[in-house]
Amino acid sequence: MTDTASPPGAAAPDDPGDEQLTMGIDPFEKNWMILSIVMLVAFFVTVSVAGFALGFQVSGVDAEIDPRSAFDSGTWAEPGLRQISEDHFEAYVVAKTWVFEPRELEIPVGATVDIFVTSPDLQHGFKITDTNVNMQVVPGQVSKLTYTFDEVGEFPYICHEYCGSGHATMFGVVNVVPATAAADDGAADTADDDTADDEEASS
Amino acid sequence: MTIVEEPGGTAEPTPSGTADPTAPSGAYVGGPGSAYELTDSEKTFIGAHIGIAIAALIVGSLMGPLQAFQFSGLDLYPYLEPVIQSYYQGLTLHGVLNALVWTTFFIVGFTNLTTMKGLGRPLSHPMINKVGFWVMTIGLVVTAIPILTNSASVLYTFYPPLKANWAFYLGLTLVVVGSWIEGLGFYLTLGAWRKDNPGVRSPFVALGGIINAAMWQIATLGVAVLILTMLLPWSFGLIDGTDPTLARTYFWFTGHPLVYFWLLPAYVSWYGMLPRQAGGKLFSDSLARLAFWMFLIVSVPVGFHHQFVDPGVPQTWKWIHAGLTYSVFFPSMITAFTVIASLEYAAKRRGGTGLVGWIRQLPWLDPSVAAQLLAAILFVFGGIGGLTNASYNLNLVIHNTAWVPGHFHLTVASAVTLSFIGITYWMVPHLSGRALWRPGLAVAQAWVWFVGMIIFSNAMHVLGLLGAPRRTPLGDATYVPEEWEGHLLRTSIGGGILLISVLMYAAIMIMTVRGKKIPAGDVPEVPIAESIRSPQLTPLWLDRFKPWLLAAGALLVIAYGPQLVDQIWNMNLNSPGTEFVPW
Repeated sequence: MTDTASPPGAAAPDDPGDEQLTMGIDPFEKNWMILSIVMLVAFFVTVSVAGFALGFQVSGVDAEIDPRSAFDSGTWAEPGLRQISEDHFEAYVVAKTWVFEPRELEIPVGATVDIFVTSPDLQHGFKITDTNVNMQVVPGQVSKLTYTFDEVGEFPYICHEYCGSGHATMFGVVNVVPATAAADDGAADTADDDTADDEEASS
Repeated sequence: MTIVEEPGGTAEPTPSGTADPTAPSGAYVGGPGSAYELTDSEKTFIGAHIGIAIAALIVGSLMGPLQAFQFSGLDLYPYLEPVIQSYYQGLTLHGVLNALVWTTFFIVGFTNLTTMKGLGRPLSHPMINKVGFWVMTIGLVVTAIPILTNSASVLYTFYPPLKANWAFYLGLTLVVVGSWIEGLGFYLTLGAWRKDNPGVRSPFVALGGIINAAMWQIATLGVAVLILTMLLPWSFGLIDGTDPTLARTYFWFTGHPLVYFWLLPAYVSWYGMLPRQAGGKLFSDSLARLAFWMFLIVSVPVGFHHQFVDPGVPQTWKWIHAGLTYSVFFPSMITAFTVIASLEYAAKRRGGTGLVGWIRQLPWLDPSVAAQLLAAILFVFGGIGGLTNASYNLNLVIHNTAWVPGHFHLTVASAVTLSFIGITYWMVPHLSGRALWRPGLAVAQAWVWFVGMIIFSNAMHVLGLLGAPRRTPLGDATYVPEEWEGHLLRTSIGGGILLISVLMYAAIMIMTVRGKKIPAGDVPEVPIAESIRSPQLTPLWLDRFKPWLLAAGALLVIAYGPQLVDQIWNMNLNSPGTEFVPW
């Protein structure tokens, strides 16, 4: 900007004509627009690389289920933790008014967990505090994210979608334990039978 | 309110360079608005919209602080029974009244005014707009009944399978349909003006409002289809269940452009009115128009950025919408430059100097100007947060956390609402023929809002980053760590300050309309800014709907077509919700 009050972009009013029908963009504003585009492109490239090359990825389409029947038998009739290999687990979590089943997931530190969440009734949310696990939970769809728990500690998972009067009490806890403790304690520490079964099967 | 001083010697835009020398003089320099006086019945008609809007803002805003107080354990809801029975009934009222009713009624009323004053003529078919107004008003009443009887405590997003009473959906539909009817009245009026003014560029303030009406009509198709094909039949018991994924896609087809529907009238004021109030001119007519046309094109095909963490939507489409959402920032960046340049031009005409020192020379004691400047400052932070929200995987950190309401209280509740409040500081006196009651108090009201919102929204942003969920009575939540508590208290303090600001605003508005009529010459004008460069020099393609509507339609088909076809084709209405009322 100049210090004078003269309009920088003004066309000469005494010489109109078709060639005057221009945008009349001030040079400063042109640079600002170029800078804006460069900045937005840079941001987009950054999040794209982080998402598709470095693994900071949002959930996509996993599976569809019928919320009226899927919880009667099969996978969703017995939510909980299943061990796939030494450091790979699958967690099946049902979000329903107003509890998570299971309420606790005990995971040995360093394990990678495929987390599947769905709902038989209303929409819910599933966010594990202090992690990048954040999913909308929608009846009829299975939400899936994979996460590796590298830190020992308690990480609450909290329902973040309004689901009625009990919404503020709807949460569970991921309990990330030292690797040896998980193998030794077995059923004693876990509130959930399925989790215990899985751990017995794995030992 | 502001006296425009014309210093000698500056290059005044003159109406030479017009494509049509027979065009009425003045038509291309900011519009002939000053030449046209609204009739009493037009003022009453616009005033009816604004009156309902302000009432909704005040009542809805009284609900907001109750939530903020609840966060630190001060639960006032029990004292409100049986009128308000729960936190969520109050939150539904807050969202519907403030985000839907205040905004929509204000915007439609304001667009009536900008259309008539911008074009310098009455509506071509005033009966159409009257019908539209009554459809909106009946819709409001029909929506209010189930909300007030606690049979629609579904919040303003009403995601199925949360099931509200059918009247809630019907009433919202009527409000939208009424706004469409009024939009038709605006198009016909613009068409009549163009017929009488061939070759003349449409005055910006009128065009901007009407572009917004067109964008709104495209955008609201999503929620219209959602309600008419899914929610109303379901609430009537004609179908057993819903498809919540498809419902979310329909909802966010409307839900994101909704925020631009709120924002663009504020932009009309920032570009087309505020420069005059500040004693200057619009810096760039052509870029103002370009920004509005870009919003028409890119406001709608961005909705999946609200569904980044949804199941049922492929990552590729989420990513494409992330890119398109970034493109919406471009017209907002243009706006930032052009509005600030217009203000600098104004301030320097008023004797301001320096790189930033000129800011002091803006008329900060004019409450209308102060409110809009403070709104724009808060919007800078809202914009930065919005860019974060759009950033695909960053959404993993903040989706559905307290960050999100923290963000939109800087946008819709500040950039938009505080600007609209600023507009009412000249508009209510203009329409009612009365002086603004205690302008100094009105300046203070804007500052109190500003301070309250900084405290409130900062605390909400921080809570969100720490993992606190949104739309949750955190004062009762069973998982709140000690780490959150200080921020919860700051939220309550910010909410309390905002409550004071709302009460100040209510007092100012009530006392203004209860005041004595003042002589016509003392009534504040409708501030319509000229542009530095004659709009006649703006290329014709920046004044035509057709290319931009075609581009908007094409982009919509590309960005939404495949997913909409797929989701509709595979629709499963198999989610009945709960057998009990969940709230």
